[in-house]
Amino acid sequence: MNVKLFVPQDAAAVALDADAVAEAFARTAARRGIAIEIVRTGSRGMHWLEPLAEVATEAGRVGYGPMTVSDVDGVLDAIADGKPHPLCIGVVDAHPFMARQQRLTFARCGIVDPASLDDYVAHGGYRGLARALVLGPQAIVAAVTESGLRGRGGAGFPTGIKWDTVAKAGDGQKYIVCNADEGDSGTFADRMIMEGDPFVLIEGMTIAGIAVGATMGYIYVRSEYPHAIRALDTAVAAARRGRKLGAGIDGSSHAFHIEVRVGAGAYVCGEETALLDSLEGKRGTVRAKPPLPAHKGLFGRPTVINNVLSLASVPGILEKGAEFYRDFGIGRSRGTMPIQLAGNVRHAGLFEVGFGLTLGELVDDIGGGTASGRPVRAVQVGGPLGAYFPRALFDTPFDYEAFAARDGLIGHGGIVVFDDSVDMAHQARFAMEFCAVESCGKCTPCRVGAIRGVEVMDRIIADNRRTANVELLKDLCDTMKFGSLCALGGFTPYPVLSALAHFPEDFGLPPSRRQAAE
Amino acid sequence: MSGYLAWNEATARAVIDENRAAPGALLPILHALQETFGYVDRAAEPLIADALNLSRADVHGVVTFYADFRTAPPAAHELKLCRAEACQSMGGDRLADTARRRLGIGFGEATPDGRVRLEPVYCLGLCSVAPSAMLDGRIVGRLDDRKLEALLAEVER
Repeated sequence: MNVKLFVPQDAAAVALDADAVAEAFARTAARRGIAIEIVRTGSRGMHWLEPLAEVATEAGRVGYGPMTVSDVDGVLDAIADGKPHPLCIGVVDAHPFMARQQRLTFARCGIVDPASLDDYVAHGGYRGLARALVLGPQAIVAAVTESGLRGRGGAGFPTGIKWDTVAKAGDGQKYIVCNADEGDSGTFADRMIMEGDPFVLIEGMTIAGIAVGATMGYIYVRSEYPHAIRALDTAVAAARRGRKLGAGIDGSSHAFHIEVRVGAGAYVCGEETALLDSLEGKRGTVRAKPPLPAHKGLFGRPTVINNVLSLASVPGILEKGAEFYRDFGIGRSRGTMPIQLAGNVRHAGLFEVGFGLTLGELVDDIGGGTASGRPVRAVQVGGPLGAYFPRALFDTPFDYEAFAARDGLIGHGGIVVFDDSVDMAHQARFAMEFCAVESCGKCTPCRVGAIRGVEVMDRIIADNRRTANVELLKDLCDTMKFGSLCALGGFTPYPVLSALAHFPEDFGLPPSRRQAAE
Repeated sequence: MSGYLAWNEATARAVIDENRAAPGALLPILHALQETFGYVDRAAEPLIADALNLSRADVHGVVTFYADFRTAPPAAHELKLCRAEACQSMGGDRLADTARRRLGIGFGEATPDGRVRLEPVYCLGLCSVAPSAMLDGRIVGRLDDRKLEALLAEVER
């Protein structure tokens, strides 16, 4: 019997002993005389089932999870005899969590061997680049603009407009910088793509280079992601060997090089201008804008700086056309968003879908409520700088503008779920504390404001002149929001003020009117 | 976790030379020095400044800005616990208290015998399998009392 088995090496699976499971499969199969081929893939994104081992069958890949080393013998029996097994989830693509998704950016993640250029090409990779080489720079920029793609890092700025600015910024050295400093708690989509389908990011950056006339690209990846760094290094080397990077890409006259650079544990370097300073070898402090990076970016040259997901969406847009991508989503939020369900949620993982599902559908229906089984009390959307939403706002559609209209943001698409044991005053204090720890120190509202914010929160929690200190907190948030140089100080008020507005009882204040009406 | 070289200027110069050509070489140099010696010795700063035509203040400013760069030799083990929101939602704070109590140190501190250093980390990207930890580069998801106990036993061996 020949068995072809797929075991994820995504960090989420590895953190749950996927390496030991893969080794146990190899060892047990050898002992039992079963010919087995084990491919280490990325993750499908159903993290509550990790490690999820999959076996190739005529019906498709059949999954078994969550696996432990002691399950290996039994699962091999089930595979050999075609017998049912309690961990079998059936054909993975037919699983309700997978079948409900619209996987464009993550189409290959969890399926292909992330170290193999051949496997990437066999699964439709590099069709976008081929199309881009036929279209030429202007038409590439036009396609990305028409697709409606907006920056997936959080700011939501139209990607095509950014590219157009750099394309028109004259001749000379230009750069493509990929922001892979995914520091928001509750987000891991960049990590999953880098570990599970790194070539799609490389292809997207290459297309960006051709579009704007840049020959050098940097991927700035955070040091907390050692598995992603290794996967990127492997993939970049393979792309170079396969002449997908370097001089004369795919026989064209275009050249493009990529270097992987590693951050050093500074959250603020996810802010694009701090990232550029860090890449230049400086302290990661925020730059005042203007000048925009598109005009004066890395080493003072015109620079496209995009998030991993933005760049990884580009090959599909080029391959299938701007219209195909634009037809997903609602309003001004076009295409799909890889949404990350995290924290205290039963079905935690990655769910890619067109914009427009409501927060309630995502948390209750797809996420299955809390992991603890207790009621959902609050969710933080968009990372540590995103607002806390109560159940009363669960009708908010996942859309840039709809979240902004309710004093929130979708950010990088992370949703962290909390059950009813959460203390929202504590969470508000933490938001200030985090800002104080991570502030780059350049502007006063953030550097000093965050420390004052922790002190004010401590007084509110201790019931020290509570009413006056709540007013002071609001005033301080106002200063931080409008006076800070970047989103760190500027957005820290979102989690603080949303916690205060929606959960005033946790601050020792009377319940809000909305709750009273329920 | 040792296997680091003792600080010496000749090796430091070689490491700096190997990495100095890249544009914006300072972070790659600091990472390479830390991989070699386990930390960035203060004596490396003037060597780097000289190689990159920077001031010593520039180099010192960068070394001290980033949480990753150690300025003294590391403890035998480094235990990082994620303190960010997703891990908080799954009881991370309680596990952090257990670790503090068991080791008798706070975050950012090492045990007096130099056996283990406890560090906070703000997100390992394992928010879907929270709470998470990293021991000497090895990641652990769905941390609970039993798994934490095993990690603590490992560093105390």
